[in-house]
Amino acid sequence: MTAAVELQGITKRFPGVVANDRVTFRVEAGEIHALCGENGAGKSTLMKILYGMQPPDEGTMLVGGETVRFKSPKDAIDLGIGMVHQHFMLADNLTVLENIVLGSEPTSGGVLLDLRTARKRVEELSRTYGLDVHPDQLVEELEVGERQRVEIIKVLFRGARILILDEPTAVLVPQEVEELFRNLRELRASGVTIIFIDHKLDEVLAISDRITVLRGGRTVGTVDAADVTAGDLAEMMVGSELPSPETRESTVTDQLALAVSGLTVRSPDGRVVVDGVDLRVHRGEVVGIAGVEGNGQAELIEALLGLGHHVEGRVELDGTDITGWHTRRRREGGLGYIPEDRHRRGLLLDAPLWENAMLGHQTSAPYAKGMLVDRAATRTRTEDLVGTYDVRTPGIDVTARALSGGNQQKLIIGREMVADPKVLIAAHPTRGIDVGAQAAVWEHLREARGKGLAVLLVSADLDELIGLSDTLVVMLRGRLVATLDPAKVTPRELGSYMTGAAVSTEEVA
Amino acid sequence: MSTGPVRPRSSILLSLAAPVAAVLFALLFSSLVLLISGKDPVAAFSAMLSYGSRLETFVDAVNRATPLYIAGVAVAIGFRMNLFNIGVESQYILAALISTQVGTVIDLPAPLHVTVIIVVAMVIGALWAAIPAVLKVTRGVNEVIATIMLNAIGVSFVAAFLLARWDSEGQDTRTADIPESGRMPDLNGLFEIFTREIQKGRHVYGFLLVAVVVGLAYWFVLNRTTLGYDLRASGANPMAAEASGVPAKRMILIAMIASGAIAGLIGLPDVLGDRYHFGGDFPQGLGFLGIAVALLGRNNPGGIVAAAMVFAYLDATAPILELEGDAPREIVTITKGVIIFAAVIAYAVVERAQRRREVAAAARATAALHADEDSGGGGGAAPAAAQGVRA
Repeated sequence: MTAAVELQGITKRFPGVVANDRVTFRVEAGEIHALCGENGAGKSTLMKILYGMQPPDEGTMLVGGETVRFKSPKDAIDLGIGMVHQHFMLADNLTVLENIVLGSEPTSGGVLLDLRTARKRVEELSRTYGLDVHPDQLVEELEVGERQRVEIIKVLFRGARILILDEPTAVLVPQEVEELFRNLRELRASGVTIIFIDHKLDEVLAISDRITVLRGGRTVGTVDAADVTAGDLAEMMVGSELPSPETRESTVTDQLALAVSGLTVRSPDGRVVVDGVDLRVHRGEVVGIAGVEGNGQAELIEALLGLGHHVEGRVELDGTDITGWHTRRRREGGLGYIPEDRHRRGLLLDAPLWENAMLGHQTSAPYAKGMLVDRAATRTRTEDLVGTYDVRTPGIDVTARALSGGNQQKLIIGREMVADPKVLIAAHPTRGIDVGAQAAVWEHLREARGKGLAVLLVSADLDELIGLSDTLVVMLRGRLVATLDPAKVTPRELGSYMTGAAVSTEEVA
Repeated sequence: MSTGPVRPRSSILLSLAAPVAAVLFALLFSSLVLLISGKDPVAAFSAMLSYGSRLETFVDAVNRATPLYIAGVAVAIGFRMNLFNIGVESQYILAALISTQVGTVIDLPAPLHVTVIIVVAMVIGALWAAIPAVLKVTRGVNEVIATIMLNAIGVSFVAAFLLARWDSEGQDTRTADIPESGRMPDLNGLFEIFTREIQKGRHVYGFLLVAVVVGLAYWFVLNRTTLGYDLRASGANPMAAEASGVPAKRMILIAMIASGAIAGLIGLPDVLGDRYHFGGDFPQGLGFLGIAVALLGRNNPGGIVAAAMVFAYLDATAPILELEGDAPREIVTITKGVIIFAAVIAYAVVERAQRRREVAAAARATAALHADEDSGGGGGAAPAAAQGVRA
């Protein structure tokens, strides 16, 4: 039997990373096939390749047995491949019908918009697949689940027989998920092939026929959903072996540096994204937060820095209640920050290094003298920092943009460390930098921990989390669902908590 | 130039090249326009050049450049943090009228009288600019829209109500004259140290000194204070600035109000140095020209001086075109427009070139450092091997 889609040996490289490394992926016609993997496993890249948004560097793609090479999504659409993006692309002020035909409007006589034919086809699609939509309703009046149905019909309207859904459940509430699954089953019954990207394992097991797992850009394997448990899948995603934390003396003290209680954060639209988090970090301790991205880690960090809105709960820094403090006071009070996205949150790319070295500390000595910037002291401090933290640069007057990612990161680490913070919040501190720089960053963090620094570490890199943390907590859907001992945790346990396969608050450590 | 600093002299020359190229291109383009319309560009521009080299024309240009410079700085303060204060126009007109009126009714010893007028002008400009700032901070109203609307309101308000109320002459609508104690003495004496005597009737505005102070203050606050750092950081990367503790809303208020306060001064060189009253013929459009000047001067205190002088010189020499150059003076307006276009393009080109050079230089330096170290031993990959790397 010919596969609906077959990818063989697909490799895609980006500067510094191999996003897909000889990936094989075969989807039979008329099945629901889930593609699983942690963030950064290469799922999105693979789907972009399949949908014609990016060309692969190597490998072949077969659709319906024919070798294809897509130049743009249009080529993919012509062959009946459609994609429903995670973030809907609908015009709020147009009706459902207008949104569906937008971009592929049926015409009569080549010029006039033929909405009557369009309406007929939409109603037909809606009936055939049980996708309940009202053509004349304005999109802005629709619930999220309904919008998703509009997106699906939009794709079917363009003749798609192979449907790619990118994390379709991420935006849905449980009842809507059930509704979606019902729709997907009906689509399958009418012969539509569905590729379903997700990392919530209970959902994946509930809906798919077969599952392919990616890890680190490679295919781990393809399994029948009927033959596996959530635990098996979790292990496939995380890997069969966890890195062993190096044996070292614990530097954890009993002095509380950061205490968070009942922290709840709501998104602007009212959803709870951080849900009653209680967290304690002691001096000399690294607390690592594990979890699939998008489970509230970013919002938790923003709230701790005083950057969040709609925040409830209490935060104490070194015994002082800082709940009502704004960001500047918190930073002056000893809160260091290594941002997840250094270009967005951490650097002034077109400013010289010495100005970047004072960012976040611009009101404190030695950078400031009263209301004035002490340029001489700032420059001296920057020279020191560049030397101590091995920032490879021709000088401190070059702009931050000129440095490589690893050197930019070392500058940020150095600037936070020399400020001698009480608590350091480090989000993905080694993301996107080379192994040499990574090892250096880890060593700096360890050294500072030895001197009594409290570190809250958020990372998607298990080597980093297990190698650095004294305590590991798992964050899922805004909650801390488990506290684990990094020395004893198994891949299966960790993966299960991260993916919600074992929702529990029991203490394993 | 081999392993020199990353900002070599050639790089500074490169950034100067952009505005110079823009002006030359604009002159070339204007010549083309003259040629097409059957005029002689050589005659036109040589008339401008010979007229422009007279001392009196220079004085005229300096007087025109003074308000332009202040307007450029007012706009640049906003630009530095990505705020577009289009409202400079109504801020200065409103400030000029009200401060003039205040100047006519009070009676104080000379230095104090002038100071009061200046302070009133700044306060009025600041208050008028505070409206869009508060709207933006509290309601998220786009400052471009708000300031454009306030321009319409402010300018009409001045014309229809205030001026009518304070009208002191019968026929041409204008305020009374500010008494002697509220006028600023000219700087002819200062200039004549270096030049010959300036012809009678020409005065170098005393307000030039205030403009110099404004420029120095702008430079100092921006580059030497933590407030200036916060302001520049907010403009360069608002997300990073916020994470570094810069209070975003307060910075918007401060920048907008400071911009308005400086804008309030734009009308005063004329009021205090030449007219001594505010009337229906008061020069308009300086606020918009300020946008062009700030753009051409790259928001840089020195650059704005050069930009203001270029524009002022073109204006000062334009009248001679019709008298001697056999060309319509409107050609100067075209020249100014083309300068702005060309400058925007030239800056973008130069910036890209500089960025490429810098990245290449940094990569070279890093490669050199790597080469030195790699002979000493490879970097470890695993966390356990980390000690080797930082040795």
